[in-house]
Amino acid sequence: MNPSQLVKMVNDISNFFVSEEDENEAIAGVSGHITRFWDPRMRKEIIEYLMNDGGEGLSTLSRAAIAVLEKPRA
Amino acid sequence: MSKIVWKDLGTPEIKSGNFVDLLVDGVPVSVPEGTSVLRAASLAGLSIPKLCATESLEAFGSCRLCLVEIEGKRGYPASCTTPAESGMVVRTQTEKLAKLRREVMELYISDHPLDCLTCSANGDCELQDVAGVVGLREVRYGFEGKNHLEAAKDESNPYFTFDASKCIVCSRCVRACEETQGTFALTIDGRGFGSTVSAGQKESFLDSECVSCGACVAACPTATLMEKSVIEQGQPDRSVITTCAYCGVGCSFKAEVKGNDVVRMVPDFNGKANHGHSCVKGRFAFGYATHKDRITKPMIRKKITDPWKEVSWEEAVSYAASEFKRIQGHYGKGSVGGITSSRCTNEETYLVQKLIRAAFGNNNVDTCARVCHSPTGYGLKTTIGESAGTQDFDSVEDADVVIVIGANPTDGHPVFASRLKKRLREGAKLIVADPRKIDLVEGPHVKANYHLKLLPGTNVALINTIAHVIYTEGLHDQAFVAERCEEVNFKKWVAFISQERNSPEEMEAVTGVPAGDLRGAARLYATGGNAAIYYGLGVTEHSQGSTMVLGIANLAMLTGNIGRSGVGINPLRGQNNVQGACDMGSFPHELPGYRHVSDTVTREMFEREWNVSLDSEPGLRIPNMLDAAHSDEFKGIYIQGEDIAQSDPNTQHVTSALESMECVVVQDIFLNETAKFAHIFLPGASFLEKDGTFTNAERRISRIRKVMEPLGGKADWEATIMLSEALGYPMDYKHPSEIMDEIARLTPTFAGVNYQKLDKDGSIQWPCNQAAPDGTPIMHISEFVRGKGRFVITEYVPTSERTTRKYPLILTTGRILSQYNVGAQTRRTDNVVWFDEDRLEIHPSDAELRGVKTGEWVGIRSRSGETVLRAHVTDKVQPGVVYTTFHFPESGANVITTDNSDWATNCPEFKVTAVQVEPVTQPAQWQKKFERFNKQQLELLAKAAEPERV
Repeated sequence: MNPSQLVKMVNDISNFFVSEEDENEAIAGVSGHITRFWDPRMRKEIIEYLMNDGGEGLSTLSRAAIAVLEKPRA
Repeated sequence: MSKIVWKDLGTPEIKSGNFVDLLVDGVPVSVPEGTSVLRAASLAGLSIPKLCATESLEAFGSCRLCLVEIEGKRGYPASCTTPAESGMVVRTQTEKLAKLRREVMELYISDHPLDCLTCSANGDCELQDVAGVVGLREVRYGFEGKNHLEAAKDESNPYFTFDASKCIVCSRCVRACEETQGTFALTIDGRGFGSTVSAGQKESFLDSECVSCGACVAACPTATLMEKSVIEQGQPDRSVITTCAYCGVGCSFKAEVKGNDVVRMVPDFNGKANHGHSCVKGRFAFGYATHKDRITKPMIRKKITDPWKEVSWEEAVSYAASEFKRIQGHYGKGSVGGITSSRCTNEETYLVQKLIRAAFGNNNVDTCARVCHSPTGYGLKTTIGESAGTQDFDSVEDADVVIVIGANPTDGHPVFASRLKKRLREGAKLIVADPRKIDLVEGPHVKANYHLKLLPGTNVALINTIAHVIYTEGLHDQAFVAERCEEVNFKKWVAFISQERNSPEEMEAVTGVPAGDLRGAARLYATGGNAAIYYGLGVTEHSQGSTMVLGIANLAMLTGNIGRSGVGINPLRGQNNVQGACDMGSFPHELPGYRHVSDTVTREMFEREWNVSLDSEPGLRIPNMLDAAHSDEFKGIYIQGEDIAQSDPNTQHVTSALESMECVVVQDIFLNETAKFAHIFLPGASFLEKDGTFTNAERRISRIRKVMEPLGGKADWEATIMLSEALGYPMDYKHPSEIMDEIARLTPTFAGVNYQKLDKDGSIQWPCNQAAPDGTPIMHISEFVRGKGRFVITEYVPTSERTTRKYPLILTTGRILSQYNVGAQTRRTDNVVWFDEDRLEIHPSDAELRGVKTGEWVGIRSRSGETVLRAHVTDKVQPGVVYTTFHFPESGANVITTDNSDWATNCPEFKVTAVQVEPVTQPAQWQKKFERFNKQQLELLAKAAEPERV
């Protein structure tokens, strides 16, 4: 899938959780939301986009949340 | 089945705990205090002649037929306007009364055509009935004197006629327009003998403010107001109680049928959602079901540039299954998916998601709620624990303050709007939060106390300021919050909301709403008594749609406005079965009953029942499917009763995704815009052609019943079963009731639902189970479904869709009364008389700046695309904002809307698109392309029935 669309989606999610004062809770909020609602192929792609391609365009919170995502089996 | 005739008790039911006992013709009867003598007599099983009285309207006392004698009282009082009293002794049949009634009837008939045998109401006329009952045998006055027998007939309305020569001026139509509908379009013009019913200022019905709800027609006791369909076809001979297939109000109707033809749809007086009322769509716009455009034979083709070929059901389904299998074999199990329909039944929706999960073997299932109320599901589940509204519609009768946010009930949910307007006329206060001046802001006998005319995209800022005022001014319900809500999250929320940056004064520049108005509205909501919030897609279709729903829930919890009648959170659902489609597991992350696919206990229960292994990972949402199609990862789709090529945002993105797929199966009643990109077409069945259930916005499950045989030979659920079997996953159901039994076995909130109970009770509001055997009109009474209510921080995040010099205006979209959604149904009815093209509303100042006048063509350009519409200059919209509808495919309203979506659910941001508007002289490029493509596809369709082409 188009990485820029996934980047926008995860940044939008982060914009919601960024107001959470506890950073760990914010990270858990974003990563939990992605795990709960994203197809594993999308999770795999965003993880690879961060790990392999540098993750350009991802916000700080988005990067932190993707970093803790469990890599899907698919 | 025979014709169903309701017993009219004469005057409305009175709700009182105190009863009075009286004797009517020697029969003892006990009735609630305030009940009329007329109704008491009816309840005693007696019948008093009447003409101006009917149960749906307040007593009027004009016809002088329901006269009675009451011991100890002088004269002959009208029983409709006389309250029953304890100890009263009433006589309804005496010689004197009989004489009086005969003389009254003689006067009526002396100015009434004696054409009963050829009259359209013959056999269904109260005047005729009463003449018989009172024993009228002669009319002594003749027709020589002045009369109304030559009065003109008004046939301007496409659905009903007004024949003034048959009018007895009983005022039932006028009162129905006022009391039931709340439009006040009708009046009695003139006095005495010259009195006539008049639409508007002596206008024709079509030119007047009449909204064609049909309340007047239903109320008329003669043939004066009569459905044209009855005039043409004659009286129906059987009736079937069913449910409307238009909006989320879910009105109950009596389909009156002759042979296999629906003669008319009469709103069901016993319907718990509509109580006998209707709107122009449900009441009259059912002709699409037998429109010549209906496709009744399955069709296939290899490529979308090939002509269609009519084939048998077996061949079409076999071809679809082989294509899906081929694609999955080549591209992987996750390369196909499907979309369930909010226009189909619960049972059909359930089967489609079951097919996708069990036969496709993935969770790539989604539904049209993705583009409307998915944020409602997320927001309400997160805060209060259940993805549904908290109230029944009756609740509005106990509301003292109503906030309507981002909804236009008089157009989108007209029958509910009528009930709301009635409550407002009784004195309830109204706050409207909407960028447009919707009709509720100021109308006949209704005026909003506050119209918060916010800028599109600033909902969350607005709701935060209201909460800020309520909390910082100490207007919140501390006891409710302490008892019912999580303390830790509430404290965190308080720290956020009480910050000065959330004050109305700080946010005024963002929302565009004067701080004083916001403070006033907030105080009214918090202190005005029972306060209820009703909202629509103006809340959900934003980049912060889910945040706004969370904010609404925060507000209701903060003020304790939840858990009783008159309050609550009320999402007004768009399509008839949006609630049901969501309940039935149409989302890619949830099984039926809103349980996540990763929930092992639930999943294993489904695996046992379905005898298949299920995926524990969420699947693709509709926009994800389309994106994946663009990346060649998604190649096949089964779409039941949806039209994403018209209804979803960024049309060109949608259609190019469809073009890239190798197998698009569309099941619909018409060749809709999406079907023009399909390879396999399966004929759908309209709501008149099948059995099943719909669930409306108040969680009310109602039966739809088969009125006529499916034109395509199969109900939609039967087609899904066929496809599933061809895919190698047989389903064994003989009737939709068996599907509902399975739903009940697997879904705790539906555990007590079955067809026998639905037939007995009429309808049931879920949850219906051991804890609530008769259903649940109002939820969260003593505790929230999730236990304690959860406050969530709702930071305002401006949308990335910003206005610039290039795109200086904000486009927002909506609906109109006479058309419905993509218009596939209503465009094929006479409703086009009222609205035959989408137009762009633009404020006079913006229009003047651009040299645009009403009726002229304007180009609307956004970052996604460009289209051309005719302008309508109006101050309904504010400067800087333009508005249109999306009922006509050639308008291309969604060519302009963008891919922006709600952060939590990907619900599209239909309500905010930055655009430029300028005068033009020709259609947009997209429209020219659309016209060519449409012409080509219709030509390919025309070849479908030709023999042996392929």
